[in-house]
Parts: sequence; C-alpha cells; structure tokens
Amino acid sequence: MKNLIEIRWHGRGGQGAKTAALLLADVAFSTGMYVQGFPEYGPERMGAPITAYNRLSAKAIRNHSNIYEPDYVVVVDETLLDTVHVTDGLKEDGAIIINTSRSAKELLPRLRGYKGRVCTIDARRISLETLGKYFPNSPMLAAIVKVSSIMDEDIFLEEMRKSYAHKFASKPEVIEGNMKALSLALQEVQ
Amino acid sequence: MNSDISKLGVDVKWQDLTLGCTIVGRGTSASFNTGEWRVDTPKFIEEKCKQCMLCIPACPDSAIPVEDGKRLDFDFDHCKGCGICEKACPFDAIIMMKGVK
Amino acid sequence: MAIRDRLSGNEAVAVAMRQINPDVMPAYPITPSTEIPQYFTSFVANGQVDTEFVPVESEHSAMSACIGSEAAGARTITATSSCGLALMWEVLNVAASDRLPICLALVNRALSGPININCDHSDAMGARDTGWIQLFAENNQEAYDNMVQAYRIAEHPDVMLPIMVCQDGFITSHAVENITLLEDDVVKSFVGEYNPEHYLLKDGESIAYGPYAVTNYVMEARRAQMQGLRNAKQVALDVAKEFAAISGREYGFFEEYKMEDAEYAMVIIGSAAGTAKDTADQLREQGIRAGVLKIRLFRPFPAEEIAHALRNVRYLAIMDRTEDFNTNCGPLGAEIKAALFNNNYHPLTLNYCYGLGGRDVTVESLTSVFHDLMEAAETKDAGETYRYLSVRE
Repeated sequence: MKNLIEIRWHGRGGQGAKTAALLLADVAFSTGMYVQGFPEYGPERMGAPITAYNRLSAKAIRNHSNIYEPDYVVVVDETLLDTVHVTDGLKEDGAIIINTSRSAKELLPRLRGYKGRVCTIDARRISLETLGKYFPNSPMLAAIVKVSSIMDEDIFLEEMRKSYAHKFASKPEVIEGNMKALSLALQEVQ
Repeated sequence: MNSDISKLGVDVKWQDLTLGCTIVGRGTSASFNTGEWRVDTPKFIEEKCKQCMLCIPACPDSAIPVEDGKRLDFDFDHCKGCGICEKACPFDAIIMMKGVK
Repeated sequence: MAIRDRLSGNEAVAVAMRQINPDVMPAYPITPSTEIPQYFTSFVANGQVDTEFVPVESEHSAMSACIGSEAAGARTITATSSCGLALMWEVLNVAASDRLPICLALVNRALSGPININCDHSDAMGARDTGWIQLFAENNQEAYDNMVQAYRIAEHPDVMLPIMVCQDGFITSHAVENITLLEDDVVKSFVGEYNPEHYLLKDGESIAYGPYAVTNYVMEARRAQMQGLRNAKQVALDVAKEFAAISGREYGFFEEYKMEDAEYAMVIIGSAAGTAKDTADQLREQGIRAGVLKIRLFRPFPAEEIAHALRNVRYLAIMDRTEDFNTNCGPLGAEIKAALFNNNYHPLTLNYCYGLGGRDVTVESLTSVFHDLMEAAETKDAGETYRYLSVRE
C-alpha cells in the first residue's frame, strides 16, 4: 500500500457518510494501520450535504487539516453530483465511487471533466435486497475497500464480522444481512 | 499547605496567609471586638425584665447571653448598639443610652 | 501492557475520566464537548464508576457545584466549551482563588460572535487570566495523557489550583485516531486517592471557604495564589517524568520539533502543531531549516524556558488561534515577545491570527507563513508584524 491514502466522503445528513468514514477507520485500524476518520461539521441538518474524511497510513499521522487532494472520493448520494463539486482536487490516478443504478458512462457528464477512474455501485438495491431497508453504509464501505485495495478482502470481511458482532450484539439477526451486503458490493462494484 | 489561622491579621505576610484564605477553626468571630464600634449603648434594667426572651432572637449579633434559662447582661464585646432589643422588649427593661460608649 | 485503540478525542478524555473515577461530575452539555458527559453518564449508569453525576441548569451552576463539591472534599470534574466556559467565568476565578483543584476538560470552540461551533482558542484564551493551570493537546493521545496527569499536578500540596485540559473542538474531539491507552489499574495507582488535609465535610473540623477579604488581604492572597501557579511548573515536570515511566511518552512545558538548528521557527498551540511538523519536514527537504515549538503548558507560562529554546532562532512566527483585540498582537504573541525581551533575544518576529471559527489550517497555509519569514529575512523588513492567515482580502 501507498504510504498515505486520503479519502473524502460526500453524503447527506442522516445517510451515515460520517459513520461510514469512522467504520473504515475502524476496520483499517484493526489491520494495523494508522488511521484518521473525521467529519467536517457545519450547521447540518437531515438531507444537507456533508463531508467526512479518512487518512490511512502505515506511518503515524500528524496532519490535522481537511483533505483537498484525495486519492478517492466516495459519493453516498448521487444527487450530490449536481450541487457539490465532488471531484474537486481528486487525483486522476485515484477514483470516484458513486452510489447509483446508472452506468459510469452515463454519469461522466456530471463529473466536471474528471479523467480518472469512475466506479459505480448500486448500494440502494443491495441494501434493500439484503437488509430490507436503505442503509447504504455497508455496501459503500465494501466498495471503497475493493476499489482502493487498502486491505485484503477476506481480512476485511473477517474484521467486519467481528465489528458487527460487537455493534449488533443485541440484534444478531442483522449481522448476516450486513455481511451479505458487503459480499455483494465487493462483487458488484465496477 | 498552610491552615494556621493564628497569624491572620491585617499585617499578615502572603507567606503566612492560609490556603485560599480558608479559616480552619470555629467561632473565630468571637475574638473580634465589634463592641468597639458602638456609639449608643443599651442598658439592661434587670428588675423590669420578665425573662420573656423576646430580645434574644432579635439581636443580630447574638450579644445577649443566656445561662440556665435566664437572660444575663449584654455582651459588650460584641453588642454594636443597634437598639433593636429596645424595640423588641415589651416591658421597658432595655433603654438605649444615646451617645454613650 | 499498553492498549492499542482508536478513539475520538472526546472518547479518549471520557475513558481517562472513567479510569480516574472522580467523586463528582457536575456538567451541562455544549457542542463540541457534549460527548464527554454523554459517554461519562453511560459509565455512571453502567456502574463502571461510582461518580455522583449532577445535571445542572447552566455552566455557571456547573462550576459553582464543582466549587461546592471540591470544597466538601470530593475530587470533582467537569467539561465544557466556548460560551459554556464564558458563562463560568465569574466562578472560574473563585475556584482558583479558593485553591480548589477541580479538573475541567475544555474542548476548544470559538466564542460567539458571529455564532460558530468550530475550533479556535478564544474560549481558553479568554480564561487565561483566571488562575487556572492550562494544558493543551495536539492530538487525542495528548488529550488523554494530559487528563491522566491533570490531578497529580492540580492536587499537589505546593499547587492546589484548578486545571483545564484543552483539546481542539471537532479537529481532535470528533476525529477518530490511533491511541495507546493505559490499563485501568495503572491509571488508578498513578492518579491515586484524593486526600485533602482540610475540607468542609471533615469530621470534627470546621472550615470556612471564600471569606470576604478587605483591602489589607487581597494583594497577599493574589501573591500566594501566584506562587501556587509558579510551583505548578516544577510539579508538572515531576509528574511528566513519572508519567513517562508508566507510559513511555515524554512531556514537558513544550515540545521542540527540529529546533536544534532551526533558523526559521513557528510557535503554535494545539492540533495545528501536527500540521506544522509536516510543514517543517517538507521545508527541510528543500534545505530550509524550519522548526516548530509546540506549547503544552500555557498557564503558568514557562517564559524563561521558551526564550531559551528560541535563543538561536533568527526568524520567528507566533501563531495565535484567537483575536484578543489589542490590535497589535495575539495573547501568545504578547507572551512570547515579552519572554524574548526579558531574556534579551531579538529575533525578527511575525505574529499571526489563524484558524478562527474552524478555518482550516493546512501544510500550504503554514508554508506561506515560513515563506513570509524568508521574505522578511531577505528584505530585512518585518513589515506588518501582526497578520491574519488565510483571510480573504
């Protein structure tokens, strides 16, 4: 892995982009990395655009600024493409991952000339299929892990199972659904 | 941690002040002769006193001592001469002496 | 065995509080420190601590309750931010002058107005002259470590003063980072029991706190209080030494980063210090001898030691994350310049106001500060010595 990977998340208040960033920090931490996961706070309300960040590194992280030139951008809500400049500063050798049922080609005109890799994942469908509800977090998390290759997929799944077992100790029935969402997303992201 | 109150007084050095100016000890106001402030002085006329005790709680300075259920003469070390006791007494057993130390 | 973990700054401080297990916590929630009492009350509810949590109706009441309970003999803790600290202002002074070693976790946030929830140091700097000890942290690890050391400094018989443990709102309080925790029993034995000599509830003893002081006493009372703060310097070093023995992590009044041969130096407080270190590294790759001095102990101010650390610096930038409206410099600028003057060092000095209301601090923006220093060095002209960083104009 590269010395430092920087990721920017775009979501809407209430969709769990911040939680996803913290989950990614968690799972990267459990594989031995140095991590940062932090939200950018403003006067957010449900549905308002929000940003969250991750730094993942083999070395201790000291920089406490926001991230302006991310290696990866994750867009949890497709409608943000029209209102937020999500590709600003995004490295061309990186990638953008968008939660959408459309193809990358269809989305390209909305990406303000971004020339790097465009990945898509239908987190809504996966979430509804596996959990019966719309929680895009788990599929988006799997998608960024797959696209960025920050860790081995089997180790990722193993760590996530532990994390869910802890998080959902009182409702184990949702663990399998979430694990399935992760597996599907790993397969389907393109 | 200094808690020795014996050196407290208006000439105390900072090194001898107690921690945070705390006063460790009880009843320390007894040693402060506020009676010196008095400009009018109450006179206790014992033969008129019925020992009704109404003057006792009226005194803001607890300067009327009581012993064995009996009111004694004033504690002039602490009586400031305010005259409230004179007003409280229904039997004219207390008279304020104006201008008398 | 140290525990490898990842926690937000607020969680880290709450964990330290759990390990300390104080007697009383009066608190009133305010962003971005809300999570601290939130986590802590869950520890109370779960029986992980036997602290008496006192929900109060304002921060003024929170600090007043702290004073009452600390005077009663109970080890007392609270947390706040921004306007919450401002509302405590009156009683902060009382806590210090009564010599009560209360601990306050401050999550730095801009004071209103304009109203804003993000980080700057205007809250802590507004309270810098209240008589409290103030420690600042660069990251979650330091916030945790400072909290573990806090009572040992505050409760020392030579000190007996309240202590404020500060970290940057959101930037560290809400950021999850790697952290190494100490085991519960290690913290417990390091912090120890609080056994004050005198206190309100002591059996068979009477004590009066906060008596009225006529003019004859106030100068002496202040002088004695100042001595407590002076003593806190040596105590802070002694406690840090003991802490290093249990943790392997070393602390002093400040941290010197690549200062041995630094020609250009930056003095800074809080989370931006980490970004400043990355900046210094980048500049050194270009052959520029840049260094960073990060303040940990702001009150008492270790003036002589800082001046000594800066003795060979020729070009100095002092970074203030607050505007104190003296119109010539910020509070850190004033303190550092006074320290240099008193010790007869005269580097070319620029003072910056930066990062207000959460204005982001980046390697690029801090690099521009070093470039300003280099330009001043070249032209031998400091120009405007009090500047705003990253302000639109």
